[in-house]
Amino acid sequence: MPKDFLKGVQDEYDVIVIGSGLAGMTSANILGRAGYSVLLLEQHYKLGGMATWFKRPGGHIFDVSLHGFPHGMIKSCRRYWSPEIAESIVPLKRIRFDNPMFSLTTTYNRDDFTRLLTDQFNVEPASVKSFFDAARGMNFYDDQAMTTGELFEKFFPGRHDVVRLLMEPIVYANGSTLEDPAITYGIVFSNFMSKGVYTFEGGTDRLIQMMEAELKSNHVDVRIKCDVEKVNLRQGRVASVTVNGRTIKTRAVVSNANLRATIFRLLGEAQLDPQFVDQAREVRLNNSSTQVYMALKPGETVEESTGDLLFSSTAADFRTDLLLSRDVTSRTYSFYYPRTRPEGRERTLLVSSTNAHYRDWSELSDDDYEASKQDLIETTLDAVEKYLPNIRERLAHVEASTPRTFRHYTQHVAGASFGTKFEGLAVSRGLPDQVKGMYHAGSVGIIMSGWLGAINYGVIVANDVDAMLMAAATSGKTSAPS
Amino acid sequence: MTSSEIREEILDILENIAPDEDLSDLTDDVAFVDQLELDSMDFLDIVMELRKRHRVQIPEEDYTELASMASTVAYLTPLMKDMQKA
Repeated sequence: MPKDFLKGVQDEYDVIVIGSGLAGMTSANILGRAGYSVLLLEQHYKLGGMATWFKRPGGHIFDVSLHGFPHGMIKSCRRYWSPEIAESIVPLKRIRFDNPMFSLTTTYNRDDFTRLLTDQFNVEPASVKSFFDAARGMNFYDDQAMTTGELFEKFFPGRHDVVRLLMEPIVYANGSTLEDPAITYGIVFSNFMSKGVYTFEGGTDRLIQMMEAELKSNHVDVRIKCDVEKVNLRQGRVASVTVNGRTIKTRAVVSNANLRATIFRLLGEAQLDPQFVDQAREVRLNNSSTQVYMALKPGETVEESTGDLLFSSTAADFRTDLLLSRDVTSRTYSFYYPRTRPEGRERTLLVSSTNAHYRDWSELSDDDYEASKQDLIETTLDAVEKYLPNIRERLAHVEASTPRTFRHYTQHVAGASFGTKFEGLAVSRGLPDQVKGMYHAGSVGIIMSGWLGAINYGVIVANDVDAMLMAAATSGKTSAPS
Repeated sequence: MTSSEIREEILDILENIAPDEDLSDLTDDVAFVDQLELDSMDFLDIVMELRKRHRVQIPEEDYTELASMASTVAYLTPLMKDMQKA
């Protein structure tokens, strides 16, 4: 008999959270802590969603999306998780760029960027200052008419090298392009520039383990291998979910599934207003990624001056559409030195990431797919050779993931690794007006993307759920949380 | 609660949200963001804390009322006048 992953589950919860990405886990934690009964359902066998890792023989642990986040992560973890989690957040000091226009290493904050832009790029200090001030003053409710490309043209006309320095890391952080609204760039860029780039000491596995312990201490009922099929409504409001052949009643659902999957798969358009369905259909997904994971043999070391994050490109000019091409000329390397896991075995690992289109990988036959994957590995190793000579002899393990891999593990539509474009936010926020008790939290619209964006959006949605449940309790329809 | 009790309560919430800030010389009619390092998540925390402590519901369109201490107290006074100080 197959294992019953819902063994001992209650018949009813105040809130059911579908998906244990960082947004889903954070919503569940806050609502559990507030005293609501919460069930967290994850389709995969581990928690974390895109915040994930995998182990390979020989003591190698690969982080999939631990590339660096802004300083604000410390505050959010301290407040919405625990002081212990916040205390493990440490700075990454060496952010390196290497391309035909320039090579440099920076601490990636406003002071150092001001120095670089004025001394090395010879930009007027006044222009640098007004650019930083403009970016910092941006809010998500501001006018969206100006594009990121226009923003750069306004402050640094004709300076493709400056645009490359300012834009390349953000493209990797959230998949945004020069054609996206300037505010989506300005907010994320300013978040990083305030104090630089940070990481989690102990790796993704340790973070998710600590979060799981915190969830359980807040009485959240956490279940893996529970793939929700349907959210069921009664008289236009959430009544229950169907999962692993069982129906569980609830007053609110927070879906941390991909936005399109939430609307078209979990709810189904028959239950929704046609206008809203049209709006949802027009939400563009962000791109997906390919990654190559490389583990060095035990005892092989890399000088830390090689960098923590290295934005490398052989393309003469900077064009965001080229970053998505299968004819890869740009790669971002995340280096994981032994200090990444101070309590683990001494290992050095390297993950190369490139943005990619799902369609370039989805149509391939099995043979072509395997060949393309192998080609991705070989061309990546050729490129790494410049920074780590004799890389092939020093490797203990190498493998690749593609947009199909992301699709397989996360069930994200088209393997999207940065959620949706900006218009996804309005649809995500509008969902509770369509169906009472139905909420979405997850990567939408870039500013709610990345580790910090996902956590913060989880907080925002938990706040909405709490307000709704408390209003319902006050009006006497149902009981208040204990 | 009186206006001055509400002000005390907001100060207490701010102390928890921004433990590193000195709140003793806060100017009531100047925006919080011009005196303290507060971001939009901090304002959301004020909203959540008020709901947790006093069951006060502040709709999203009213968040701008929380810009300064003076505007916050003015906004909350009619909503909280019948409540007892905890």
